[in-house]
Amino acid sequence: MELTVRHQTTYRYETPASQVALLLRLQPALLDGQIPHQWAVTVNGVAVQNFRPNAFGDGEAFHHQRAAVDEVLIVASGRVETRDQHGVVSGFRQDVPLRVFLRQTRLTHPDAAVMAFAHSAGGEDNLSRLHALSALVGNVVGYSAGSTSAASTAAEALAQGKGVCQDHAHLFVSAARTLGIPARYVVGYLMAQEGGQALRETHAWSEAWVDGLGWIGFDSTNGLCVTDHYVRLCCGLDAHDAAPVRGSVVGATAITIRADVMISETEPNAAQQTQQQQ
Amino acid sequence: MLSRTAANLFWMARHLERAESTARLLTMGQRMAVLPGSAYRDEWRSVLRVTGCEPFHTKGGPVTEEDVVRILLLDPENPASIHSCLVRARANGRSVRTKLTQEMWEALNLSWRRFDGYGLSEACQELPALIDWVKTRASVFRGAAETGMLRHEGHDFMRIGGAIERAQMTLRLLDVKYYVLLPETDVVGGGRDHYQWTSVLHALSGIRAYHHVYGGVYSPAHISDFLMVNRAFPRSVAYCVDQMRWHLERLALEHGVLATCHKTVDEVFELLLDGQDGAIFQRGLHETVQQCLKLTNRMANEIAESYYF
Amino acid sequence: MTFSEMHEQDGAIRSCYAEVKRWIDETGIDGLKGRMEEAEAIFRRIGITFAVYGEGGDPERLIPFDLLPRVFSRLEWERLDQGIRQRAQALNAFLYDAYHRGEILRAGLIPQDLVYQNEAFRPEMIGFDPPGRVYSHIVGIDIVRTGPDKFEVLEDNCRTPSGVSYMLENREIMTRMFPGLFSKGLVTPVDNYPALLLRTLKEVAPPACKRDPVVVLLTPGSLNSAYYEHSFLADLMGIELVEPVDLFVDNDRVWMKTTAGPRAVDVIYRRIDDDYLDPLAFRPDSLLGVPGLFHAYRAGGVTLCSAPGAGLADDKAIYVYVPEMIRFYLGEEPILSNIPTWQCGTEAGLAYVLEHLGELVAKEVHGSGGYGMLIGPQASPEAVAAYADRIRANPGGFIAQPTLALSTVPTLGVSTVVQRHADFRPFCLVGKQMRLVAGGLTRVALTEGSLVVNSSQGGGVKDTWVLRD
Repeated sequence: MELTVRHQTTYRYETPASQVALLLRLQPALLDGQIPHQWAVTVNGVAVQNFRPNAFGDGEAFHHQRAAVDEVLIVASGRVETRDQHGVVSGFRQDVPLRVFLRQTRLTHPDAAVMAFAHSAGGEDNLSRLHALSALVGNVVGYSAGSTSAASTAAEALAQGKGVCQDHAHLFVSAARTLGIPARYVVGYLMAQEGGQALRETHAWSEAWVDGLGWIGFDSTNGLCVTDHYVRLCCGLDAHDAAPVRGSVVGATAITIRADVMISETEPNAAQQTQQQQ
Repeated sequence: MLSRTAANLFWMARHLERAESTARLLTMGQRMAVLPGSAYRDEWRSVLRVTGCEPFHTKGGPVTEEDVVRILLLDPENPASIHSCLVRARANGRSVRTKLTQEMWEALNLSWRRFDGYGLSEACQELPALIDWVKTRASVFRGAAETGMLRHEGHDFMRIGGAIERAQMTLRLLDVKYYVLLPETDVVGGGRDHYQWTSVLHALSGIRAYHHVYGGVYSPAHISDFLMVNRAFPRSVAYCVDQMRWHLERLALEHGVLATCHKTVDEVFELLLDGQDGAIFQRGLHETVQQCLKLTNRMANEIAESYYF
Repeated sequence: MTFSEMHEQDGAIRSCYAEVKRWIDETGIDGLKGRMEEAEAIFRRIGITFAVYGEGGDPERLIPFDLLPRVFSRLEWERLDQGIRQRAQALNAFLYDAYHRGEILRAGLIPQDLVYQNEAFRPEMIGFDPPGRVYSHIVGIDIVRTGPDKFEVLEDNCRTPSGVSYMLENREIMTRMFPGLFSKGLVTPVDNYPALLLRTLKEVAPPACKRDPVVVLLTPGSLNSAYYEHSFLADLMGIELVEPVDLFVDNDRVWMKTTAGPRAVDVIYRRIDDDYLDPLAFRPDSLLGVPGLFHAYRAGGVTLCSAPGAGLADDKAIYVYVPEMIRFYLGEEPILSNIPTWQCGTEAGLAYVLEHLGELVAKEVHGSGGYGMLIGPQASPEAVAAYADRIRANPGGFIAQPTLALSTVPTLGVSTVVQRHADFRPFCLVGKQMRLVAGGLTRVALTEGSLVVNSSQGGGVKDTWVLRD
């Protein structure tokens, strides 16, 4: 399948910023079953280059502006060829020690309830336990937009029983790590409906390590493993660590942020064009 | 030199100069307030106006000496009060401590907490002594810089900051008091005499210097000439502009670049040159003062821009 | 049995102290006390600069300076020198390994979780090669002496060890006041330290840097308690002392804002904690730091000294394994020994520590500066019991060591020369090669019998002599 993506983030400042610094992880990696085509990232119309792999292998670029700015428009767009890998995520650098992904963070730190929750997932082996866990997460934390914030923790989401994809992924990685299974938080794009749709945000899911198979992507929000409808951008130990855009602004007040993600299956003509150009 | 260092030296000098100028204004206010008819003229209000602090007087009615002491001397919330200026000068100095001499630092460091928790009635009672104390601190600091500070570009930035602030205080004073110096036919209001003129000279500690230049006669033309275009009196606008030009030229040599601020300072210089021999009255004292204020403000911004403050 | 560094067991003066002894006798106690006042006056003069940075006008207390030097013979120093270099080399090798393949963990010599779950471990550093593979460019090693031939390491400092300004100032004062003592050339000089530090920093410039590297010292600012040392070192090296606001990152390079426009920086000797280096990398809630600094570092545009994450090597739980590191990476036996340490995180360790707490020195794993520490033999039973509760609540957060018989050094007392416990911190520089000036900071407990030498707890400092003979 080939997906066409346009991801736009707008920062507006009521009084102009004198300095804007952005750390961007908006470059989908070349993976087995994920081939980006003509992917481009711009900030206020200027192309951002020099994406370099960070410690986890995800492309990272830095953008800096020193003039007075009242709006920053970040656009990541292009086409990504995807293939269903039955959830297995492979093809990237594998030199990060697995046990690093057992580190809990402030956002994933398990309280007694999360620990009990983790151990309630039954199964013969880790793979079946992870499947059970992913399903459980969706059951105990109902999807409810606006019920949590960016600073909400896995334990809070469980206690509250409501959350969004960020909370599902936090609870999943927190519980998996509690069980001694390396797990990480992933950010990317999801085409949830055939034919495409406009989303307000990027999507978040998780990856967990299974010996013999490697990293497996679990989307607890939708109760499935990742398919060719998913485009993976970057990962981290938690939502903060995996943020695709991080900004530091000097001088501005009253910042409003707006994100828009458009994702759809590439229309036939566009796909042909791509082939011709290759 | 780091831009932050240059900016801190520039602002340190401005804040200290501002504290001193404001102290001098308080002296003028005291003199004016004891003159006949002062209540009717609301003399203390003009002192607030010169410092741009009129909005701090919110209770209505005429402005009293107590109000002014509170607003201009003690108020830590008013960024233009002597108290705030000393605190800010010291903060600027501390962050570039290694660029100051021990004596300069001591002069700054001794002054900044003087007004912490100072009572209003106490301050009113001791006002003349406090004013003297502020002027002395500024003198000690300048003296320490004069004989001890390395003449690197930081010294130039410091001197430019001081000169701008001093010129602007003279200009603001003239801006508020210009009507006192108008030729007889253009009198606004009336009730004007040589006490008014001398109070302006007093505010700038210029009485004796004035006599040396113009003899014993007071005239509006001579007084405005003295304060605007006289190049020998250290608180005149022309003298300060000479200082700015000299130090800006050193910066241009050091960096090998003439920036926009160099053009602007020349513009002010020529404006004053054209105003000699009473020409300033033909063009209009008030207009010239306004123009000088505008240009020096612009120049201060241009300096910040040109040297990446 | 406490070892007195000045005396043989029979009370005779050890030969390396002969010159000091001669000087003490010649000057007399009253003479020395008079000179001590002079020294204090000079220090206070310089010390004014220590004091003024204490916000609020309350002068920070000066660290007391003791006039009588601590002396090492050439032979003693040679052994120390080798041991210190060996340790600094192994610590850096460990850091490289920990952020790469983790061979020492795979070999089962250090538990994986002690590294990968360690707070001081920075996942962001994984896979990155700092120039010259150096992480800790200035290694400060705290050493105590417990016998004529016994030097033991108390702890390592791999981030930004402070105190080197005291080493330089103490010698400066001594030279100024007693030129005669140094005119014979018996004492190895230390004043080349700033030049060696600068050379070390330049050596680790990014490989892409083809010019004479521009080095700056990054300080948190004038409110920092070590600001005096920052400005002192910057001045002696002739480099800019910058604050985070003076720097910005663009095009994967770091620039400092000067009156002549942006100027590229190649090496940053940073005296700022990892957390406050870069708000985009380490601490999102922090407004401090230089946005993008870490990105520029990973891109090879600038070198940070020390590297972020270098603190892993001086973690008190990792400390236990340094002798293993020396054997594993260098194939050598440790020259300086570790103090036997019980980790409360292990079952056996916890049981032993709780049983013997009254005889032990217990410390927090992440603590420093002598705070949060229990000296069992000197503590009340209640204090010991309370500390035991703290350990039980979080065993992994504590270690314990036997109470050591720290050596004593001659110190000027009220009416006589007295013996006081001391430790020693040398500063090993690591660039393309290792450099060590013959000296360091001797800290001395000024109270009789006290074993705590930290300045925050009433300790003082003195000059340290390494004889040339």
